[in-house]
This record gives sequence, C-alpha cells and structure tokens, in this order.
Amino acid sequence: MAGLELLSDQGYRVDGRRAGELRKIQARMGVFAQADGSAYIEQGNTKALAVVYGPHEGMGQGWTQGSQLKGARGRHMQDRERKTGGFVLEIRGSRARALPDRALVNCQYSSATFSTGERKRRPHGDRKSCEMGLQLRQTFEAAILTQLHPRSQIDIYVQVLQADGGTYAACVNAATLAVLDAGIPMRDFVCACSAGFVDGTALADLSHVEEAAGGPQLALALLPASGQIALLEMDARLHEDHLERVLEAAAQAARDVHTLLDRVVRQHVREASILLGD
Amino acid sequence: MAMEMRLPVARKPLSERLGRDTKKHLVVPGDTITTDTGFMRGHGTYMGEEKLIASVAGSVERVNKLICVKALKTRYIGEVGDIVVGRITEVQQKRWKVETNSRLDSVLLLSSMNLPGGELLGQGVLVQVSPSLVKRQKTHFHDLPCGASVILGNNGFIWIYPTPEHKEEEAGGFIANLEPVSLADREVISRLRNCIISLVTQRMMLYDTSILYCYEASLPHQIKDILKPEIMEEIVMETRQRLLEQEG
Repeated sequence: MAGLELLSDQGYRVDGRRAGELRKIQARMGVFAQADGSAYIEQGNTKALAVVYGPHEGMGQGWTQGSQLKGARGRHMQDRERKTGGFVLEIRGSRARALPDRALVNCQYSSATFSTGERKRRPHGDRKSCEMGLQLRQTFEAAILTQLHPRSQIDIYVQVLQADGGTYAACVNAATLAVLDAGIPMRDFVCACSAGFVDGTALADLSHVEEAAGGPQLALALLPASGQIALLEMDARLHEDHLERVLEAAAQAARDVHTLLDRVVRQHVREASILLGD
Repeated sequence: MAMEMRLPVARKPLSERLGRDTKKHLVVPGDTITTDTGFMRGHGTYMGEEKLIASVAGSVERVNKLICVKALKTRYIGEVGDIVVGRITEVQQKRWKVETNSRLDSVLLLSSMNLPGGELLGQGVLVQVSPSLVKRQKTHFHDLPCGASVILGNNGFIWIYPTPEHKEEEAGGFIANLEPVSLADREVISRLRNCIISLVTQRMMLYDTSILYCYEASLPHQIKDILKPEIMEEIVMETRQRLLEQEG
C-alpha cells in the first residue's frame, strides 16, 4: 500500500498514537450472572468477551473443535457440531480427561461472524481458532494454580466481537479478568500486548491496519509482578538485533495494561465489598 | 397493541449511593500481603520468594497467625454440618452423583436415602446463587408467613416450595406429590424467586429476615416488574433500611 505511512516523520502512527502508546482500554467484570466468572474488555476497537466455568467435575470427550478429532468418531462429531451450530454436549464423569494431581484447563476461542471486515463463514473449528485456543491454554496453565484443584476442569471461553488487531492480547486480558471474577487462584495477572517493528522503531499495541501491513509482529503475555513470560509468539522474520527492543516495547505495554486492569479489579472488589457490608 | 420499550442508560454504582467505604484490606493476585514469615498461609495465598502473595481478588482476613484471602465469589467448599441442596446428574450402581455447585460432584449413597443424610424434595423452584451470599444460621429450613417455605442451602442452591399442609411421616420410600399447585401458591413462589434474584444482584446476604422484608417491600409492584433494574434497586434499598432499623 504505497502512501500509507505506518509511522510519520514526527513519530505519529496511522491513528495518531505515539510509538509506545496503547489504545484506550475499558473493561468490566461480572457481566454474566450465570457463569462463574465473566469479563468484557475493549482495547480500542477490539472487543472481547470471556466466560469462565469452574472448577467443576471433569468432562469427557464431547466438547472439542471438529478438526481435532480424527476418524469415524471425528466425522460423527463434526456432523453433530454442524447440526447443533457448533455446541456439542459434554459427558460428565468420564475419567479419561481428568488429571489426578491438577486441574485441567480447557480454552476455547471463537470469533463472531461479524467481527471482521468481511463476514466470516465459520466461527469455530477452523485452524486459527484451534491454535488460539491452544495458546490461551498454555498461557493460563502457567498462571493458574492448578495443583489446588485436582481432578477438576476449568473452562475458559473467549469470544471476539470485533477484531481490530491485537485479538490474542484482548482475549488474554479478558480471560484474566474472568478467571479473577470466578475466584480461581492465580499466581498473578496475565497481561498481554502485541508489538511490531517499523522503520527502526518498535510499535506497541498494533491495530488491524498495522498488522495487515505485513511487518513483523509479536504477541507477549506477561506475569507483571515477577516479570515472567507466560507466552511469546511471533511468526515473521525479524533480525535478532531488533528482538530486544521489540520485546521491551511489548513488555512495557503489558505492564501498562496491568496498571489499568489492576485498577478495574480493585474497583470491582471494593464495590462488592461495600455492598456486602462489613 | 401497546409494547414496553427500554433503553439502556449508564447507572451510578450503588456503592456511591450508600455513601460508605470499606475498612477491609483488599488485594488482587500478585499483591504482597506481608513479608513477615511468621504467619501461616491459608486459602487464597501462596508463598513466593519469601513473601506471602495473594492468589485471588478479595479481602484479607487475619486470625491470630493465620492469613487468608477470602475471594468474592467461589464455588462451594463444604463444611461439616452444612445443609446443601443438590441436583442429581448421574445414576450409578449404588450411588447417585449430585451437582452441588462445588469443585467436584458430590456423592449420595442409596443406603443413606431414608436416613437424615439425604432427603428428596417434591415440587418447587430451584434458584442458584453464589454460595458466599448465604448467611450461616442455626437453621436453614424456613416456613415463611407469606405462604411458602424455603430451604437455603449453604452451597447457594435455594429451594422454594409450597408449605405442605400436614407433615406426615414418610414410612416407606418417597412418593412424589404431583398434585397441581394452586395459583395463589404459585404467585407467592414466583414473587419470592424474583425477590431472591434481586437481593443477589444487589449483593445482599440471604437469610430468612432479608427475604421476608424484600417480599413485603415488593408487594406494591407486579411480580414481573421486580426484575427491572430501577425497581430492583428501590426494593432492595427499602429492605436494607428496614434491616438497619431492626438492628439499630
């Protein structure tokens, strides 16, 4: 796209932000009464909703993405998925999937058909959703204290309502708030942000325009108090001399996200505490 | 035909209207509670790098040398002597698996059916709320003067049913009473259910007095109106005031 400057000479990006500036974040916890925990987050125009159920009894095979299962059983599951619109019933009590010493974390990512510019035809079960689900699961298995709940299962469902770049980050942030809302013990917050590299400068919190431009982009999920990385993901080519700078930009942005989420959680806890009375 | 339309409007948080603040020490995960290693760690905390760190978002409770963090909302954690209401989800050879809003399903042995251990319930309405909102009391079975009875399970499952006219001894097994419930009783039960839901939405503790006051405060309104946000707030405010007057 000739003529579209991702970073102007004065240091302004396409939407007027500076290189290390985040988009406006608004978040709310406890949006669904029926779930154990839920949260909604808006990062600029990216909107994500996360719902957490658990810890509860381990469930057997039944709730999976169609492409994960192979063979005749897989085909049967896929038919059921199509007929029921993608929701397969869970079978309780199957010991096959429950782990004896810790909790099983099960994440599912779904993006609404109206979330992108062009209407998506397949909200769940496609390769990208599977991969996101797996990444979310890795991220949260690192943060949730699973040893405290053996043989149970924690389900995290994330849905993206509007995708304008940084969907992984928004999902992680929303899921963190939802897990906190459910009262599931975690080591620390998990704060995530994306970062890119343009013209020798590292940009934090990429929007869709910046992601689509094709430069290298990195997604980082951080545990802010200890500075430990829960997940770092990049599939682009970046010279290793630049990695340090981009990583630092993403880490700083994640810490800024933490400041905001921390404020939201404290406000929510304070409000609930006041209502309950002393 | 007249239709009712509602538009969403930003509401002020209720805590502002109450005008009071909390004196508790509130923490979020990752917060250091103390660096003093003399304390024993309870629920909601973990030891990291010689510091006691919170693992849930809630208020810190200190009992002598034990520090724990009480989360706002958790699944039910059972204690001896609690009354729970559960839903049967699975039938196995000699036992039933019961869902009780806790981390794992509970087990009810068939042999304990006629003992005080397990009692099957007849017709009624189940309301699921958060376990932290049910107050611990001496008895959890209440016959409310408005004409229905309520069982407040410690696990957050609340069972509302019409008061049985005569309590007879169930000699043999359980005979489900399938007589149709009268309209007046049904109305009382649905009003009670809506009241309980409005109390829960405004995060008030549930016990027989609060439910009764809320029921009385809701009488001027129609049953279906109770769930509207502004009416809900009004009713719960009135309940709060009455409870404060009663204490003070």
